[in-house]
Amino acid sequence: MYAQALDQKDKAPSRIEDPVKLAAFEAHCAADDKIEPKDWMPEAYRRTLVRQVSQHAHSEVIGMQPEGNWVTRAPSLKRKAILISKIQDEAGHGLYLYSAAETLGVSREELNDQLLAGKAKYSSIFNYPTLTWADIGTIGWLVDGAAIMNQIPLCRTSFGPYSRAMIRICKEESFHQRQGYEAVMVLARGTPEQKAMAQDALNRWWWPCLMMFGPPDAVSEHSETSMRWRIKRFSNDALRQKFIDATVPQAHFLGLTIPDPDLRFNEASGHWEIGAIDWDEFKRVLAGEGPCNRQRMKVRRAAHENGAWVREAALAHAEKRARRKQAAALQAAE
Amino acid sequence: MTPTPLLTYTLRLADNALVLGHRLSEWTAHAPTLEEEIALANLALDLVGQARMLYDYAAKIEGKGRREDDFAFLRDDRAFLNVLLVEQPNGDFAATMVRQLFFAAYAQPFYAALAGSKDETLAAIGAKAEKEMAYHLRHAGEWVIRLGDGTEESHARAKAALDDLVIYIDELFEVDAGDRALIEAGIAVDPAKIRPAFDKALGEILDEATLALPKVSHAHRGGREGLHSEHLGPMLAEMQVLHRAHPGAEW
Repeated sequence: MYAQALDQKDKAPSRIEDPVKLAAFEAHCAADDKIEPKDWMPEAYRRTLVRQVSQHAHSEVIGMQPEGNWVTRAPSLKRKAILISKIQDEAGHGLYLYSAAETLGVSREELNDQLLAGKAKYSSIFNYPTLTWADIGTIGWLVDGAAIMNQIPLCRTSFGPYSRAMIRICKEESFHQRQGYEAVMVLARGTPEQKAMAQDALNRWWWPCLMMFGPPDAVSEHSETSMRWRIKRFSNDALRQKFIDATVPQAHFLGLTIPDPDLRFNEASGHWEIGAIDWDEFKRVLAGEGPCNRQRMKVRRAAHENGAWVREAALAHAEKRARRKQAAALQAAE
Repeated sequence: MTPTPLLTYTLRLADNALVLGHRLSEWTAHAPTLEEEIALANLALDLVGQARMLYDYAAKIEGKGRREDDFAFLRDDRAFLNVLLVEQPNGDFAATMVRQLFFAAYAQPFYAALAGSKDETLAAIGAKAEKEMAYHLRHAGEWVIRLGDGTEESHARAKAALDDLVIYIDELFEVDAGDRALIEAGIAVDPAKIRPAFDKALGEILDEATLALPKVSHAHRGGREGLHSEHLGPMLAEMQVLHRAHPGAEW
């Protein structure tokens, strides 16, 4: 899945960078060359990437919760296996992304502490509840669909480890998106109750998914430098529009209605136009007042705390082994 | 009509796999590390996969048009034939890993032997499952060693898990008249023959973990005949609720 808030303002004081190094760096970016961990980079670039990559990693980890809510109630063995496997992929994405962030000189523990302390953000979408089984298919179809729109350009982002992680992640995300769409299709063509379930899920997830692309370009901060440094490659509105144009016909094909009375196709532009997005809701959810923000953090903290003794045991055992090995080596040498 | 010994045999294996796989899947989003999140999902997926193959075969043996989901979602707990060990709640991570160790130390040699069954389907399932259970055994074994020979707290928790779960080991090796006939026909595995491998694997692991298998005053049994602990009912209620709420629906 996906992290947003790519437009968060960089609040740290800007450092005066060496103009020669900066010019070389920018030329590198402009030529679409990759920046690797040991290359020189401006401090603001490093900071922006640590924030973006770690937010993305946190989103993968928190995103396991809403889907995990249905693992034990999945309605068939096939769906149960698919869902376990999808969530497992998300844990894997979290791992690659934390590893990519670590190449920038920050540890997974530090990043995790920031998340648990409420200092780091994750995608707003995971603060919505999964109320019915149809939400699981809908998340695959829409949330993963939106994630792909955002992440395909990130496969070409300037920072090498992030871009390589994204290539693998995108392959898995597009698989999840197809599986999700197929799951919704089965519901849409199923019993009247199943179809109603699919429509209800679309009604609840449509607008939050459009918000995943972040605030409109007119008020989006911080884009210009990110664009120049090839951290970001398309504007929020451009990606959102791409998603809408791809998704509306998919919904129609399923016989489902997009919950937007203002939705219309503009023949001249060839694009679907939507009604107003409730940006107050978006701000509220980002500020911690979504339906599940508190619950998600509580569960994550509990998992971390309940696992502390396990992690301590693993470390203690590894140290014991290392000591024994050393002692045996010494004895052999004598 | 009473089910044939082969149907009962296959359903017992399937139910063991499904119930344990389901229990492991309950860890989703709650594991102690991200790596273990992935590992637990893998173990769960192997077991659910084994259950699906076995239910599919049970459906063929029975020949009444039932499908895998009918067995998983439309039977009550009294009809489930899994051993008591696999339905025990996850407890803490030590309890989950000790339960997994017991099961894998039995299932690995069991499926290795089943791969030589005269029943071609069971033999094929055995060959696949044996490889999976070998790494379940390695994974759970490594954790029990870390926990036993880790900190004071982890040792105490691992010991408590052994105390709680040791009473369920013997049921894994039970044989009834139906099994006996299948063993004589070269179809089923004789559990007495795999017990030494189980004892050896467990002994080596517990030894390295600085733990010991507690004495069993009374081995608990009954799951194989549908007499379960109180834990299975609520687990199945949760697992089956959606499927049962929409009779006949496809998912």
